[in-house]
Amino acid sequence: MLLREVEYARPTTVAEAVTLLGAHEGARALAGGQTLVNVMKARAAAPDVLVDLADLDELRTIGFSSDGLLEIGAMVTYAQLAGSSEVEVARPILAEVAGTIADVQVRHRGTVGGNVCVADPTNHLPPLLVALDATFTIRGRDGERSVAADAFFLGVYMTAVGEGELLTKVSVPPSSDTGDGFSGLTVGKHGTYVANAAATIANGGVRIVLGCVDAVPVRATAMEERLAGSDFAEEAVKAAAEGLGASLDPPSDAHGSGDFRRHLAEVSAVRAVLQAASRRKGSQ
Amino acid sequence: MTEPVSALAVSVEINGEQVELEVPARRLLVHFLRDDLGLTGTHVGCDTGNCGACTVHLNGEPVKSCMLLAVQVDGARLTTVEGLASNGELTALQKSFREHHALQCGYCTPGMLMSATALLERNPRPTEDEVRYALQGNICRCTGYVNIVEAVVAAGGSTP
Repeated sequence: MLLREVEYARPTTVAEAVTLLGAHEGARALAGGQTLVNVMKARAAAPDVLVDLADLDELRTIGFSSDGLLEIGAMVTYAQLAGSSEVEVARPILAEVAGTIADVQVRHRGTVGGNVCVADPTNHLPPLLVALDATFTIRGRDGERSVAADAFFLGVYMTAVGEGELLTKVSVPPSSDTGDGFSGLTVGKHGTYVANAAATIANGGVRIVLGCVDAVPVRATAMEERLAGSDFAEEAVKAAAEGLGASLDPPSDAHGSGDFRRHLAEVSAVRAVLQAASRRKGSQ
Repeated sequence: MTEPVSALAVSVEINGEQVELEVPARRLLVHFLRDDLGLTGTHVGCDTGNCGACTVHLNGEPVKSCMLLAVQVDGARLTTVEGLASNGELTALQKSFREHHALQCGYCTPGMLMSATALLERNPRPTEDEVRYALQGNICRCTGYVNIVEAVVAAGGSTP
């Protein structure tokens, strides 16, 4: 496939990357390219300048901040996430979900930063990172800022990362007395999600987040409130999910009607919460 | 300060040989391999990143060459299906494909070989489930998966 003409730069520092992104109208960050190159083929995106982040080694690390947060660089690949001992200790659900994204080849190239910045409503990581209450660090010309997961996703393909800015890392609280779950229905074993749900149970309560039912991840707040103080028995979780589907207005497409997605959202939310509850019990 | 360019002299090691060639920034890696270098063993199947027929090894890891720009591999090491056999001697995996009739039309075979070779390098004796997981990114439109999986499992343990 012949792509539209494009210019290419591969900066060696984050500062240089930010300068390049700000200096050229129509500049776009190129991470793993597992979405961007394809949408360029389809001419659904036509950047004038690609700023390749491949040489920014500081964005490829997984570690812990001084206050114990798990910090994942924007250029960390799904394969790296799936095989990381830090992630396995701090928040294993991230490794587990990363290992189910697409296929081996895509997991070697696709990145955490790309997955969230593309903000495709069917992507795996947006609902999960909202459930985990992650924080996103964005670098711009005037310095760094942090955005909470609830405020990061703004629309289909739209995030809080503005023009001339770059997502540098995602910080996730380590699990302590928490349990995480993720469930949904895919097209094929590890294909695109038709609907999914992520859940996190901690002392402070439960966070339940739905994917594929709206432009951005949706918090199931009514279900969360009904489960406050719950023992998370199966019947209680099912009862709490009642009416969840009716509160949504999901899209219809070739993979499922809006009604089917309403049903799937309820089923996925119940399964994610039950999985989170059983894992929390298992870790106690 | 790095300035954006519309073409770049790409220097890359392919199948053990150093290649240097100027390519436009918009050239996909798979076209660089096939059209610029004549390495036509790497196939274009779907051109949408789904089928895996274009799989090559980038610094030892399997990737789909239709989802990479040629300029992105500047400074890297690549292996294509042409780089598997040495001095006319097929690898154990290639022989196993022949013995198990692991191809029908053969179009997906280069990609299957590259993904399976990467698996065997990491995991010399994979189980059937591990083989299926590793080949998830490779589609055989003849649906000849049974023999492909058998060939990879059988090759396990006999590769270096």
